[in-house]
Amino acid sequence: MKKYRIPSKLYMLLIFLFLYAPIAVFIVLSFNENNSATNIEGFTFKWYAEVFRDRILMDSLKNSLIIASLAALISTILGTVASIGMYNFKGAPRKLFQTLSNIPIINPEIVTGFSLMLFFTFLGNFAGFEMGFLTVLLAHIGFCTPYVILSVTPKLRQMDDHLYDAARDLGCNEIKAFFKVVLFELLPGIISGFLISFTYSLDDFVISYFTCGPKFQTMPIVIYNSMRRPRYPKISALSTMLFVVIITILIIVNIRDIKASKKNKN
Amino acid sequence: MKKMICLALICLMAVGAALTLGGCQSFEGGEINVYNWGEFISDGSDGSMNVIAEFEEKYNIKVNYTTYETNEQLYTMLKESNSSYDVIFPSDYMVEKLIAENLVQEINFDNLSNYKNVDEAYKNKSFDPDNKYSVPYSWGVVALCYNKTMVNGEEIKGFSDLWNENLKGKILMIDNSRDAMAIAMTLTGGDPTNATKADIDKAYEKLVEQKPLLKKYVMDLVFNEMEGSQAAIAPYYAGDIYTMMGNNEDLDYCLPEEGSNYFIDSICIPASAKNKEGAEKFINFLLEAEVAKANAEYIGYSTPNSAAFELLDDEVKNNPLIYPPKEYLDKCYLFANLPQDVYDYMQTKFTDVKAQ
Repeated sequence: MKKYRIPSKLYMLLIFLFLYAPIAVFIVLSFNENNSATNIEGFTFKWYAEVFRDRILMDSLKNSLIIASLAALISTILGTVASIGMYNFKGAPRKLFQTLSNIPIINPEIVTGFSLMLFFTFLGNFAGFEMGFLTVLLAHIGFCTPYVILSVTPKLRQMDDHLYDAARDLGCNEIKAFFKVVLFELLPGIISGFLISFTYSLDDFVISYFTCGPKFQTMPIVIYNSMRRPRYPKISALSTMLFVVIITILIIVNIRDIKASKKNKN
Repeated sequence: MKKMICLALICLMAVGAALTLGGCQSFEGGEINVYNWGEFISDGSDGSMNVIAEFEEKYNIKVNYTTYETNEQLYTMLKESNSSYDVIFPSDYMVEKLIAENLVQEINFDNLSNYKNVDEAYKNKSFDPDNKYSVPYSWGVVALCYNKTMVNGEEIKGFSDLWNENLKGKILMIDNSRDAMAIAMTLTGGDPTNATKADIDKAYEKLVEQKPLLKKYVMDLVFNEMEGSQAAIAPYYAGDIYTMMGNNEDLDYCLPEEGSNYFIDSICIPASAKNKEGAEKFINFLLEAEVAKANAEYIGYSTPNSAAFELLDDEVKNNPLIYPPKEYLDKCYLFANLPQDVYDYMQTKFTDVKAQ
């Protein structure tokens, strides 16, 4: 194996370069003095100040965070309940429901988005409402829930069915047995479902675009619409800040994890 | 495990932070929904005026501001969804289409005390002959941007240089069916304003002939290509060429000798508007000299507002790229709204060119 060490390291290097070079580019550009994406002229922090001064961008960031958290929270609850329900079906009905719940994932986003727009417009004409916060939230819950189901269902299969019976034998009622035993077994799946939903919702463009209406716009839409004119540095500055926040969180969490596992070994 | 709980909690905390970010303010004058192009209003960056905030403060009307990227997106939202907008910014040919389909309503010009600031030259244009539905907001022409060091000593005169064999592989073409076809039509004797299928066929042949000489078709990427000296020549919108020239000293411009497209982005009130009074206040505010000047400087395109024009720097005022002389504008043409079948035919033909 030893003789492959250098090529394999080189290969790793290339892969990481491929993954991270674009990020490095936008970080460098966010400090660029002029608004060009090709000519580097000088070092400045002014684009960072401008991100905070840009009300349209800041409002959309706020909107995106609110939608992503609410959609993730609600679809996590819905998805978990749904997967437990489906798990308790047997045979054909179970297959049917599982297939049905996968359709929103397979369906092209543009089709989902456009049909939702027509649907909400149709409904809105009867009930007298306009598209906005609520329709975006509903749409996001709609496309996030299947991902939660996908990540919770395997955990249900891995779980020993007798655990629940044992909890009942030892004196738990149904609800207590669920919250004390079953839920804890499913937790890793539930949390990864939540995180997947959060990220998908945060960067969804197509579906939000069609359902956002005249009073509400999320960040990806604002960024896309401003690409018509060159404002790269402002967008780069915003992306850099988001990236730094996420990386810092990951590093802190990982350090704590390493410390914890060392403790366990001792 | 713990790692994941941590992350989940952090996501929730982010929401808490987000909720506190935006303070609530009450507005007595109601609200208006403004639907504009992205980056098409002065937003307070670089010490400029924050037009929306100033308006809200002055009139106590809340502005819900959202953006779109093409005229066709605007059209879809007006036509297919029940979203009600109060102020929109369609371009010339789209104004004509919206009027024809009753999607915009007449503006009460008695409420626009600042309408007198708009230069007569931009009123009563063919897309709105009696000027009942639209107020000009911004205009410009299509011009050529070229790199002095890369054109092999050729003298750039007009659109015919986009077919110059000597520049093979260094030519960029605009990636927009209407603009690209119009450029070809100025050379094949077609009428870019009211193009017919025969005009489109001739333009198609011309574009196919150009294809082997091209580096590629571009829109926003033109900024990277030209500023980074990756290509020698490209047709684009004058205001954007001015921006590019600021970032690369080797760039220069040329007003094509054949004449080019001259576009006017207007302000309209959709038929479905819920707060017409507020919309008219907003339009009137945009026509104020100081506000129009701030917008013109931010957008970089030309302003039809003569009071604002007077306030601009001499360097911009006297720049023939941004404010071309009248003799040049006389050679230019506006786009009219094409019949649906002709428009579709143009799209198909342009797709065919690109697939060659």
